[in-house]
Amino acid sequence: MQIHYDTETGKLHVQLDGEIDHHSSNALRAEVDAAIYAHLPRTLVLDFGAVSFMDSSGIGLIMGRYKIMQPLGGEIILANPAPHISRVLRLAGMERLACIELPKEVVS
Amino acid sequence: MKILNEFKCTFPADPANEALARATVSAFLIPADPTAQELADLRTVISEAVTNAIVHGYRNTEGEVSVTLRMLPERVIYIRVSDKGCGIPDVNKAMQPLYTSAPEEDRAGLGFAIMQTFTDSLHVRSAPGHGTVLTMRRRLGKDHEAQP
Repeated sequence: MQIHYDTETGKLHVQLDGEIDHHSSNALRAEVDAAIYAHLPRTLVLDFGAVSFMDSSGIGLIMGRYKIMQPLGGEIILANPAPHISRVLRLAGMERLACIELPKEVVS
Repeated sequence: MKILNEFKCTFPADPANEALARATVSAFLIPADPTAQELADLRTVISEAVTNAIVHGYRNTEGEVSVTLRMLPERVIYIRVSDKGCGIPDVNKAMQPLYTSAPEEDRAGLGFAIMQTFTDSLHVRSAPGHGTVLTMRRRLGKDHEAQP
């Protein structure tokens, strides 16, 4: 995972990778939260471009970060989910909490 | 019903084994030539089922999770996941979307909703204090586009 904060735009970009499940999400959560509290970003970008698998633990991860970002007045962008991750995001209604940006080649 | 192939395994209720359970599903399904979506769906389903057993069945205490995978006629995949954990006192309540008994762990409460959406049938048998058995079936090659 790589985390980059852009002071100009106030955007915290989190490049997630590998498989997101209950086991891996605990460590992810701690690292993402530390970065959020360090920068208090206007926008949190969770980039799923390099994520090969995600189950509902990933949804829990997003919902938990949403609860942190809301009082900060910040928004969440879920970027580049592969089709099967997009399917889980839609099933969970994540478009109601966050903006989902599909990878460019998939946009019709 | 005739069982064309079967794989059984039992492993400790260690969160690291959630990935192992997904790997067994991949290995078992590959000869059946699933689509990428079918494979992703069933990997998600086993991940949810095994996570439920570890997080809710055993509440992160020691125990064992058993998985049975079967290939049935007409490309039906059968998945059974069982634990000898605390059981589910109210199955209907547990199956409601967004219900979770572990909100402090950022659990979304969507495990059963995902299992139901990504399979053709899901049965839950649970005895409080004794454990839970989930059985699911999914027919490959059937149009299964989720419409959440």
